[in-house]
Amino acid sequence: MTATSSPTVPRADASWVTVCRFAALAPERGIAAIVGTRQAALFLLPGGDVHAVDNRDPFSGANVMARGITGTRGDRPTVTSPMYKQVFDLASGVCLDDPATTLAVFPVRLRDGWVELGPPTVPPPDRDDGPGHGHRRDDGPGDDPRGESRGPVDRGGGT
Amino acid sequence: MNPATPGPDRRLVVVGGGMVAHRLVEALLQRLDDRLAGAAGAPRDAPGWRVTVLAEEPRAPYDRVALTSYFSGRDPEELTLGDPGMWRRPGVRLHRGHRVTGLDRDARTVTTERGLVVGYDALVLATGSAPFVPPVAGSETRGCFVYRTVDDVAALRSHVDELRAGAHEPRDGRDGRPRRPEVTGVVVGGGLLGLEAAGALTAMGVRTHVVEFAPRLMPLQVDDGGGEALRRLVTGLGVRVHVGTAVSRVLGHRRGPRTGSVAAVALADGGRLDADVVVFAAGVRPRDELARAAGLPVGERGGVVVDETCRTEDPAVHAVGEVACLGGRTYGLVAPGYAMAEVVADRLLNGSATFPGADLSTKLKLLGVDVASFGDAFAAGEGALSVVYADPVAGVYKKLVLSDDARTLRGGILVGDASDYPSLRALLDRPLDGEAAAWLLPAAGESARGSTGALPDDAAVCSCNGVSAGEIRAAVRGEGGEPATDLPEVKARTRAGTSCGSCLPLVKKLMTAELEATGATVSRALCEHFDLSRAQLFDVVRVTGIRSFGELVARHGRGRGCDICKPVVASILASLGTGHVLDGEQAALQDTNDHVLANLQRDGSYSVVPRIPGGEITPAGLIAIGEIAREFDLYTKITGGQRIDLFGARIEQLPAIWSRLVAAGFESGHAYGKAVRTVKSCVGSTWCRFGVQDSVALAVALELRYRGLRAPHKIKLGVSGCARECAEARVKDVGVIATETGWNLYVGGNGGFSPRHAVLLAEDLDTATLVRTVDRFLGYYVRTADRLQRTAAWLEEIEGGLGHVRAVVLEDSLGICADLDAAMAAHVDGYTDEWRATLEDPEKLRRFASFANAPATADPDLVYVTERGQRRPATVDERRDGRASTASPPPSSDARDDAVLVTFPPAQGVSR
Ligand SMILES: Cc1cc2nc3c(=O)[nH]c(=O)nc-3n(C[C@H](O)[C@H](O)[C@H](O)COP(=O)(O)OP(=O)(O)OC[C@H]3O[C@@H](n4cnc5c(N)ncnc54)[C@H](O)[C@@H]3O)c2cc1C
Ligand code: SF4
Repeated sequence: MTATSSPTVPRADASWVTVCRFAALAPERGIAAIVGTRQAALFLLPGGDVHAVDNRDPFSGANVMARGITGTRGDRPTVTSPMYKQVFDLASGVCLDDPATTLAVFPVRLRDGWVELGPPTVPPPDRDDGPGHGHRRDDGPGDDPRGESRGPVDRGGGT
Repeated sequence: MNPATPGPDRRLVVVGGGMVAHRLVEALLQRLDDRLAGAAGAPRDAPGWRVTVLAEEPRAPYDRVALTSYFSGRDPEELTLGDPGMWRRPGVRLHRGHRVTGLDRDARTVTTERGLVVGYDALVLATGSAPFVPPVAGSETRGCFVYRTVDDVAALRSHVDELRAGAHEPRDGRDGRPRRPEVTGVVVGGGLLGLEAAGALTAMGVRTHVVEFAPRLMPLQVDDGGGEALRRLVTGLGVRVHVGTAVSRVLGHRRGPRTGSVAAVALADGGRLDADVVVFAAGVRPRDELARAAGLPVGERGGVVVDETCRTEDPAVHAVGEVACLGGRTYGLVAPGYAMAEVVADRLLNGSATFPGADLSTKLKLLGVDVASFGDAFAAGEGALSVVYADPVAGVYKKLVLSDDARTLRGGILVGDASDYPSLRALLDRPLDGEAAAWLLPAAGESARGSTGALPDDAAVCSCNGVSAGEIRAAVRGEGGEPATDLPEVKARTRAGTSCGSCLPLVKKLMTAELEATGATVSRALCEHFDLSRAQLFDVVRVTGIRSFGELVARHGRGRGCDICKPVVASILASLGTGHVLDGEQAALQDTNDHVLANLQRDGSYSVVPRIPGGEITPAGLIAIGEIAREFDLYTKITGGQRIDLFGARIEQLPAIWSRLVAAGFESGHAYGKAVRTVKSCVGSTWCRFGVQDSVALAVALELRYRGLRAPHKIKLGVSGCARECAEARVKDVGVIATETGWNLYVGGNGGFSPRHAVLLAEDLDTATLVRTVDRFLGYYVRTADRLQRTAAWLEEIEGGLGHVRAVVLEDSLGICADLDAAMAAHVDGYTDEWRATLEDPEKLRRFASFANAPATADPDLVYVTERGQRRPATVDERRDGRASTASPPPSSDARDDAVLVTFPPAQGVSR
């Protein structure tokens, strides 16, 4: 899952999918990629590490993880779902706000300046049960599992 | 009242729906709830009660003490006491507009004017007082008012407005604008109420006289020295004070258009004052007429006689509040009334409470002048010593009354500066640590006065609600619930500071000290990456000139940020005018909304909102939006901010949609940003029959001026063309309402989760002054507010509140206005449309690829159904069913009821 900047030469392997040029990644920002029937969200972190997790946000069911904000919690690299703001560990895929929920993690390697993804660690979630794993995070500060330190919850809203 | 209650519920009837009645019902319900919850000490085998309140006034109980704030722009609704939901609870009824006219003690019924007959098992009289109008000839003349209820002050206000509107007044020839006709008012009575009324009149711009019979102002609360200091201060504010004389007669106009209305008053000393309005505020009389008629004893000077359990001679009848005569006297303050309400609530549940005696301390801000009086203010106690400090130049008078050994505080009077009142009152009847004089000197500072740590737990902090220092500390520690960690929470939990509010500074100090003691962080740290608050971070960025997140977090924080601090830093950088929000590293800091300049929706698609300044749009503009929406099959909806939201745009479609919108002359509406959103307006004087100013032109100008301004939270503005307020400007952060001569500026309103009405910041501004004031208000807010703090919360939190902000933006009290003006000028000059700039930059356009390996491919998981002629995201169930029926027909535009499933990309109508 962690790529070193010096490209190794992997064996030809049908289970690895080439998705894009390394140069197409923007630092600290994600991008989605189609991997067979699934979608991955790729992130290039400041140290040069590339992570890839499932692009589907398990809480909303929408394919938006690639559009989350990256950062750290303690030492762990994270991405926050842009929909209801749960934070996920990019390395393990575990949701730090609700550890029962996990994103599939794709192994990443670089080859000749190309980014390749291997088979994901966790089987794809059952697509048919749609959104609604865990709880939604749109219900305001009262339900905020992270309490005070997080400050007010942005209720968003339209116009 | 509830099934857990032993025995059948009994019927409590309360006559009068004032402040004390409210407290009684609240206290009773609280005790019943505690019993249900099995709280320790809750009464167990007492009866349940069904409560009926018969109230003469047409509104739910409100905060009479704050009545005068009605004139500083507060809405009567905001005066409502407590949670209005209380009146909708089962077993509780509030009949408004029902005056009780009969009491039959044998039948145990009361009868209202409108013929309602209500039986009771227990009756509580809470009818308060009526204003006392001295028997002077002409007191019924049109233009004479009393000052007790919302209706009274509303009548006074509209009368003054009417005089002001003065159709017959001359015009000022030079600019042709109507000159504000001068209105003069006389207040009869120079006590607490009289000065309240004088404050209200001056707030309306009325030239005000106060006539007091006693030789000084506020004779019941202050001594001669205090009265003199008060007179100087009040006179300095333009109020003319006449003491030691009385109004002997009210004279009416004999001819002219105002025949029969007040023209002047005659004074007992032979003088005469011209007047258009007279307000009688010369004391009150208990409304004990029901008790009298029913044969219950009343006091010598009125009031229903009760014992220390607040019971009358008839064991089924109680009296509380201003109408009760307890221990031979009545009380004209709310705190003793609240204490009586608690006694009755306890007694109704078989408790044994008795009236604890009254704290007659008062602190008032009259006409902006602090006056406080507490304990034995007149040094009437045996051997009492007084220490006085008077500074006639500064207009300060302070007196402390001490025990004969000069160690124990017995009372005091503070005029002109009452900032020490909460601390001093809490120390009443306790030894003063240190020199008494230390409390009197202006520059003594906090240290000489001891810290709150010295305050014993049983010291009363909030006398209105009887809350002790210990109770506040316990609430902060979380005894009996979650710890209360901010002021609103402490207020809600303890009720401290919820009536007159004078104790709030002390409550806040106690809370902070306790939080620190419990080790809780009172820091305003943004998140785990920064120990600074947003305002501090703003200053760091401004002063150091750091312009990248990486550098900022390395030098002033830790880690690599998160979804909280990154957008905050992005917003700060944007506020300081550092280029396009998607330039370079800044792009990575943005929330997806700011990143793609659109609003994320539940299925992962976005909505797009073009700016429509002031809500004004040409038919051609409407058609263009319609065509673009049709072409991209976007769901369209009119927003509350008078513009059009286009939903269902996929990320890779956004540039194409914008290029069409930009070509049609539109630009970004910033609906995605913590930024200025819209300026809502009514049609104003160009079309409306009532409009007095061109509200649309102003709204368009304001929206074009502030478009793109980044802030701690979204900012909304509104402009109404006259006082009818069709644009609902007072639920906006900045609301402007036209007047005959200019604009009134309101700030701090919002709708949403906890709606707030904006409060008046300044009146009758010309357009240039208005714009400058709004510039500074917004600038100051952007600089100092916390993350996600809208203007209402900011005004509440900022030290000094509205008064401080007014001083900063109108009088430049911090000397920063030049800076704020320059920052706004830079914003206005530097504005560019973010959509257009994005379209012109291929580097930025790369961000709109849907997939790294298929940049223009639609997300195959997006599924829509048609409803009422437009599409919307399919629900989970619809997706499941839909998969079985992918062969469903294409959407027809008139499919209203049956939802039709479409998967994307659809066969037609979409351009990439
Ligand atoms: C402008 C102003 C400023 C004040 N400032 C302060 C202050 O700073 N500090 C302070 O402690 N106090 C202050 N007070 C006094 C305080 O408001 C009163 O002490 C308090 O309201 C008394 O409460 P109450 O319930 O006894 O009477 P009220 O609040 O007057 O309520 C009595 C209610 O009963 C109704 N009623 C009367 N007769 C009947 C009937 N027959 N049937 C049905 N309904 C009836 C009345 O319409 C009224 O609504 C102020 C008062 C005013 C007017
Ligand atoms: S606020 Fe006044 S000017 Fe504006 S539409 Fe309403 S009535 Fe007309």
